[in-house]
Amino acid sequence: MSVFSDVPQAPPVAVFKLTADFREDSHPQKVNLGVGAYRTDDCQPWVLPVVKKVERLIVEDESLNHEYLPILGLPEFRSASSKVALGDDSAAIKDNRVGGVQALGGTGALRIGAEFLRRWYNGVNNTATPVYVSAPTWENHNAVFADAGFKDIRPYHYWDAAKRGLDFTGFQDDLEKAPEHSIFVLHACAHNPTGTDPTQEEWKKIAEIMKRRNLFVFFDSAYQGFASGSLDKDAWAIRFFVSEGFELFVAQSFSKNFGLYNERVGNLTVVAQDSENLTRILSQMEKIVRTTWSNPPSQGARIVSKTLNCPELFAEWYAANVKTMADRVLLMRDQLKSKLQALGTPGTWDHITQQIGMFSFTGLNPKQVEFMIKEKHVYLMASGRINMCGLTSKNIDYVAQSIHDAVTTIQ
Amino acid sequence: INCLQFSSLLLFCFGLCSSWWGGVQMGPPDPILGVTEAFKRDTNPKKMNLGVGAYRDDQGKPFVLSCVRKAEALIASKQLDKEYLPIGGLGEFTKACAQLALGNDSEVLKSSRNITVQTISGTGSLRIGANFLSRFHGGPRDVYLPKPSWGNHTPIFRDAGMQLKAYRYYDPSTCGFDFKGALEDISKIPEQSVILLHACAHNPTGVDPRPEQWKEIADIVKKRNLLVFFDMAYQGFASGDIDRDAWAVRYFIEQGHNIVLSQSFAKNMGLYGERVGGFTVVCKDAEEAKRVESQLKILIRPIYSNPPMNGARIASTILSTPDLRSLWLEEVHGMANRIIKMREQLAAGLKKNGSSHNWQHVIDQIGMFCFTGLKPEQVERIIKEYSVYMTKDGRISMAGVSSGNVGYLAEAIHAVTK
Repeated sequence: MSVFSDVPQAPPVAVFKLTADFREDSHPQKVNLGVGAYRTDDCQPWVLPVVKKVERLIVEDESLNHEYLPILGLPEFRSASSKVALGDDSAAIKDNRVGGVQALGGTGALRIGAEFLRRWYNGVNNTATPVYVSAPTWENHNAVFADAGFKDIRPYHYWDAAKRGLDFTGFQDDLEKAPEHSIFVLHACAHNPTGTDPTQEEWKKIAEIMKRRNLFVFFDSAYQGFASGSLDKDAWAIRFFVSEGFELFVAQSFSKNFGLYNERVGNLTVVAQDSENLTRILSQMEKIVRTTWSNPPSQGARIVSKTLNCPELFAEWYAANVKTMADRVLLMRDQLKSKLQALGTPGTWDHITQQIGMFSFTGLNPKQVEFMIKEKHVYLMASGRINMCGLTSKNIDYVAQSIHDAVTTIQ
Repeated sequence: INCLQFSSLLLFCFGLCSSWWGGVQMGPPDPILGVTEAFKRDTNPKKMNLGVGAYRDDQGKPFVLSCVRKAEALIASKQLDKEYLPIGGLGEFTKACAQLALGNDSEVLKSSRNITVQTISGTGSLRIGANFLSRFHGGPRDVYLPKPSWGNHTPIFRDAGMQLKAYRYYDPSTCGFDFKGALEDISKIPEQSVILLHACAHNPTGVDPRPEQWKEIADIVKKRNLLVFFDMAYQGFASGDIDRDAWAVRYFIEQGHNIVLSQSFAKNMGLYGERVGGFTVVCKDAEEAKRVESQLKILIRPIYSNPPMNGARIASTILSTPDLRSLWLEEVHGMANRIIKMREQLAAGLKKNGSSHNWQHVIDQIGMFCFTGLKPEQVERIIKEYSVYMTKDGRISMAGVSSGNVGYLAEAIHAVTK
């Protein structure tokens, strides 16, 4: 009798199943608008030229070895990462109250942060603290906090399907009604999956309520630079909250803006009230890391660190490579909207260019999505989310036509 | 009002100015890291760092294997993309990883009744395993560790929600294996509990059971219907022979134990910082393996989504490229041999210094670590007076010993034990 005979088959993770189905599809015009990874106009993955350059430097450097990194990660990486998020002139950094925990991607940063909060926030081991995630949100947010031990994970109003925009009234309402000390997971920019971000005025209001109601700020920043093309613009919300005196966490990912998806490069930036608090916090972060992965992987952190810390490489990364990606996405947004409007596709399509980042919440309903996949071989998430990077000059007409057909034939 | 009330009042008045984290205690310093910190501060030119758990060459330098450098060059020339790996990791790697542990002609592999996922080195593997057991193991929550075991085993299992117990293992009076004590304790473990076994090169003692002893352990473990969790962090590194070091794992499987297994490539490929490891569940059949796989993915995704590519790609390239694999086997043999040589030289040096103690255990113990038998006061003395740094339990890393300093080490040990 096996000890595992009762282990049930788990459902596959949706976004990866979509890609698996796409791969098996032999239709010549198939398009994958599922998984969130950048593609060139030839629909190819893109290893950033600056990354190739830096990798060569690393391989050729005989003085480098494969020794363990410290538990909290590569020091130069951690400080450079936090600086990217908070800005070169960050007062908080100057005050020595900012620290970083190198983590495995944005996911790893979220998880370490979540574990820490469960152990030390709002009491000790308080699993009852409510955690609020946007409705909708990246599907893994729920599991990260649940597996970290939180028992009460709730949605906050975010996407208004009717007006295809931010439900700011509902959002504020949830902030006002949330129990004190609740944790809120905020998308720093380029909200996944809707692409809809609060305006600066809206962020100010959110901050005011959160401060008044003693709510904890946990930023998820997976698209800095990638969203608008500007690192500063994409970090505006984070920096505003820091300037308002919040102690907060920022889970940073370098998967997209460096194209380093599979090297798992992330950083949990911790902004504490003062350096004494920071020291104690980081000591406890070490304990969490030690039983999760002991110390983080070296390769990706080296690449990012070398790039961020060297002016010429930084310029190439930012002004050339990041700009290339951001510009292509903006172009595809522009063209998709134009084509839908030209086709006379029912509905308004302004949201396609108003939304920001890699994703667009098309507004297609599940039936229409099914039609897109089954009849048109255009793969997108059941939520109607499309990855703009999957669009190219070669397939955009087909996709626009497919959306048009879906909207006109399926209610 | 008294002082406490006054300060509470003050804190209350500060309101918004107070931190969320006032109640966060300072975490205790890591004992092993502490050794290295103290070593770094020491100005004695003869100082030795024997706390380090990473291999060093005879010049005391980190060693990047040639097969690793060659693999890296090969990989660089392929211009691969950086797309996300599947949650379970690089397929070529997990296949090679399982083959390495179980043997090429393993019946388990032929029937596809194992699931092997890529993990964040040994720690990541143990943690995934612990999480999986915590969620799905229907038996008792207890994990039985040998006494002593790697320091990080306890917090890993605890953080995963399991409870820790122990079985006798190390005999301080012989600096060897307490075989009788181990069998007695294991025979009393409640059925379906989890027992953790070090596959080879026990950490921290270096004491391994002999094959005949493993057979008896396998027998009693089967009688008690225990779930076996093998931790194999030193395959190849212990004896120099990868098959010999995997013997216990393979024997248990042949005897019908459906084990779970953690593997690390940190030491045997010197890929420490790349975080390369594997976690395997040997299931009843392929169908069960599929179910288990699906649940492992559900566990992994909210920790780090999918594993890092670089190290797995290097390991996989080495394992599946014939001349790189042979080179690797040679280099692993070389590392193990240097350790064995240092053991012999240390034991000889102690004898030469006129020590009256029996130092046979230095030679009998295997792998990177040696439990010297030094008592805490002797450890304190050897650190203070000779700048020889080791952990309080008297464990030394043989990797930190070289032909250049083994003589000094023998002198120092003799001085504090005579």
